[in-house]
Amino acid sequence: MLDVVINLVYFMLSMALLFAFIRLTRGPSLSDRVVALELIASVVVGYVGVHAIDTGVSSFLDVAIVIALTAFLAAIGFARFVERGDIKDE
Amino acid sequence: MSEIFVSVLLLSGASFMILAAVGILRLPDLPTRMHASTKAGALGAMLIMGGVALHFGDSAVSARAVAFIVFILLTAPVAAHVIGRAGYFTGVELWKGTTKDQLRERYDPDTHRLNSGLESSPESMIPPGASDRTDQ
Repeated sequence: MLDVVINLVYFMLSMALLFAFIRLTRGPSLSDRVVALELIASVVVGYVGVHAIDTGVSSFLDVAIVIALTAFLAAIGFARFVERGDIKDE
Repeated sequence: MSEIFVSVLLLSGASFMILAAVGILRLPDLPTRMHASTKAGALGAMLIMGGVALHFGDSAVSARAVAFIVFILLTAPVAAHVIGRAGYFTGVELWKGTTKDQLRERYDPDTHRLNSGLESSPESMIPPGASDRTDQ
């Protein structure tokens, strides 16, 4: 039963990744793209968690923690870049 | 028995993720997209990590999963706030159906100053549009 559920969850997360990627390519402003990137990072974290259950290797949790940390720092950095690289500052 | 709980947690987590992705694809402007993606995405990741903790049933793995959940709980609001703030300050266009923008009358884009509307300020600190309120 768990195998079927894991395959289904893989499929749903792939669809979520596809939708977020469409927003990443289309997004009219840079902030929309940053939001889409953050969602992609959290979907990838979900992927890694499901993969840890699938393979039975619990060390994948460390990978998930590192991805979440990197995504948070990237969001902060992008936001500062968006705010500073502005016409108003010239 | 625990397999059922793990399956329910994984499926609900993935459902929240796909809801967040549909929201980020379909909603009209930046604040509504963030409203969909940050809360539902973070809850999806937390539910999947809960499923991982329940599946392994090991104290070391569970401690890491709980630490991860606490980390998501702390960082997701901060990241959402910072991105939303940056988006608003750079003048992202709001949806046409937006009925209330409370920041517009309080925030002065030239001095980059945000008033609370409560301080007894000199005339120069009152942002444009605030005089309408004092007249009432």
